[in-house]
Amino acid sequence: MLALTIALASTLSAPAAHSFCGFYVASGNAKLFNKASKVVLVRDGDRTVLTMASDFKGDPEEFALVVPVPVVLERGQIHVGDPKAVDHLDAYTAPRLVEYFDPDPCQMRAMGEAMGMRKMAVAPMAAQDAARERSLGVRVEARYTVGEYDILILSARESSGLEQWLEIHGYRVPEGAGRVLASYLHQGMKFFVAKVNLAEKAKLGYSYLRPLQMAFESPKFMLPLRLGMVNADGPQEMFVYALTRNGRVETTNYRTIRLPSDAEIPEFVKDEFPDFYRAMFAEQHRQAGGDAVFLEYAWDMSWCDPCASDPLSREELAGLGVFWLNTGIAPPGQLGIVPPGAPQFVPPGNPQEVFVTRLHVRYDARHFPEDLLFQETGDRTNFQGRFVIHHPFRGQSECDGIGDYRRQVRDRRAKEAETLADLTGWDLRRIYRKMGGEQAWADPPEKSRKWWDWMWQKQ
Amino acid sequence: MNPTSVTPSPSVNGPVRPPGRRYDSRWWQICCLGGLLTYGLFRLHFDTPAIQVAATIGTALLAQWIFTRLFHIPTFEWKSALISGFGLCFLFRANDWRLAVLCAAIAIGSKFLIRFHGKHLWNPTNIALVVMMLAFNQAWVSPGQWGSGPTLAYAMAMAGSFVVNRSARSDTSIAFITAFAAILVGRSLWVGEPLTIPVHRLENGALMIFTFHMISDPKTTPNTRAGRILFASLVAMGAGFVAFGLFRPNGPIWALAALAPIVPLIDHVLPGPKYEWKRPVVGPLWKGDPHEPMDARAHDRVGQHALGAGRA
Repeated sequence: MLALTIALASTLSAPAAHSFCGFYVASGNAKLFNKASKVVLVRDGDRTVLTMASDFKGDPEEFALVVPVPVVLERGQIHVGDPKAVDHLDAYTAPRLVEYFDPDPCQMRAMGEAMGMRKMAVAPMAAQDAARERSLGVRVEARYTVGEYDILILSARESSGLEQWLEIHGYRVPEGAGRVLASYLHQGMKFFVAKVNLAEKAKLGYSYLRPLQMAFESPKFMLPLRLGMVNADGPQEMFVYALTRNGRVETTNYRTIRLPSDAEIPEFVKDEFPDFYRAMFAEQHRQAGGDAVFLEYAWDMSWCDPCASDPLSREELAGLGVFWLNTGIAPPGQLGIVPPGAPQFVPPGNPQEVFVTRLHVRYDARHFPEDLLFQETGDRTNFQGRFVIHHPFRGQSECDGIGDYRRQVRDRRAKEAETLADLTGWDLRRIYRKMGGEQAWADPPEKSRKWWDWMWQKQ
Repeated sequence: MNPTSVTPSPSVNGPVRPPGRRYDSRWWQICCLGGLLTYGLFRLHFDTPAIQVAATIGTALLAQWIFTRLFHIPTFEWKSALISGFGLCFLFRANDWRLAVLCAAIAIGSKFLIRFHGKHLWNPTNIALVVMMLAFNQAWVSPGQWGSGPTLAYAMAMAGSFVVNRSARSDTSIAFITAFAAILVGRSLWVGEPLTIPVHRLENGALMIFTFHMISDPKTTPNTRAGRILFASLVAMGAGFVAFGLFRPNGPIWALAALAPIVPLIDHVLPGPKYEWKRPVVGPLWKGDPHEPMDARAHDRVGQHALGAGRA
């Protein structure tokens, strides 16, 4: 029997980000989360191109995907994509950690300048019997083999017929799915059913499942979540990467809120940035009441600063279904890689044709009773989940101003610890322990707290 | 023409009875909307920069003042302008504060310039939002920004209903939300969705704002109860069509703007007295009472250039 993966599944990402404009530090990409689905939504007007990447790791024979779709898809509307492009998009939009190094305070003093701290590093991360079928009211609208997948487009009169049809054909339909299938049928939706064609897969020689893509025209700008929640044990994770022409995408039936950004956090987070990202997201999700969608990145695709990964090339974007690029006026390569060290801004007159929005949803049936509905806004304001660490100056230096600098560092470290505790819900004393006492020039951060600060604190 | 700005001459009407001028429900509107705006900005972290809030409210007040002077209207109805400004801060989103200025100017301008039989045709906030969304890609409304916390919906419903009760036009809100709820529940039952779905849709904060602070506008709804219930039901059906026929967000806002022009027709078929902000919200109204707003309307005559009030 095939396991019915009624969900928008997800793929394991390829190696993460590489180096570019500065030193690679860390990225919070989607593979940090278990069972995280990745969906790329390309939308302009009523045209949608949907790419679903699956992180299915079991026997390919066990893989099946059922997605409600608004229209019957023709063969040319279905495609198998390149997982690397999805992973690249994930790395490009991931929350990032940037680090700055304090200069020698004495030297600065000697220079007689009150210069700000210089930015040193950036970047991160990163069917058989026809008569029987008719009796079930199920109609196979189309049947295709695309790449390593066998695809069916089904329409049905009754959900019970569809459920029976799926079971007869070897799909294990989870309990409770019938009602959800019925509600989609009543809305005139069709079902896109995909399973792996083992012979084709062997012929093609892929060891992993490539993302499935579909292109269709419909006013519905939405993602069906409800089927995926039928047999889910606990909340599920989904990353939506929307590629649009005008601006940021947001949900219209749930709150879209921004992930905290630009927070200054302790140095040790550099070594455990994935843990930090997971804990921070969990805490923010909890604080928001569990029913919000998080905006993690919104940026014009032609540049980035700092870059968690290079912007996607024109070819990668086209592969993901950005159909308007072909008619664009930008010469090839303009949306390409920004060489390390190159100024990361868009030259005047450079067409800004693709705007990327990364949304992170942790959903369960209680908090997300209905499917996600989206709208494209005219907001082209850039936003990124960005976290900052400041390394104090650790060199040997003595001057009159060193005492002031040490006090500043101590206060700054205390504040960083509190920010981290607020963001992640981590225990403050544990944070202090991890930050370490260091040397005399940078007292442990708890020294800047008064004795009464600890008194009534629930630890 | 707008009765609020008419100051009947004592020599014609005799002394104005103070009890009739005791309440102005717009004070309550201002308190409720001000509180909700503060909550939205500081607790829900709306994506509205301070400059846009200032530009919207500032422009609304300034435009009201300019039009008051331009049309020689004796009373500067700042409360109505402030309420319109609040409404725009809740709903209007743009990248550029200059678009917020334009939006507020359209809202207030529409009250003075687009009039039919002495009433402005569109709710100022509503028409401004629709014009801006149609004209600019960079302008939008974020219906999801309030979230759907039942507590919040309840609080807003209560706050809103208090306001509408005071302005004696709670029937419009109640008729709309009842009809819209019936459409949502009916559709979910028809397609076989669990009732958690229509409930979630009804908990939407933007829908509550629309119900209690926009469609409830007594100045742009029919003059009779039957007319208002008919109008509100039609708007609910229009909103349902936008959501489930066209699959677009902000159904109520589009439906209200599209259907506002039929209000004069409803008033023609179902004639009744026009609304005034400052008259008593309870008590008898009969034609010929010299102290009643009905009488004030009789003096709302050509040459007085009485124009002005309105709300969010």
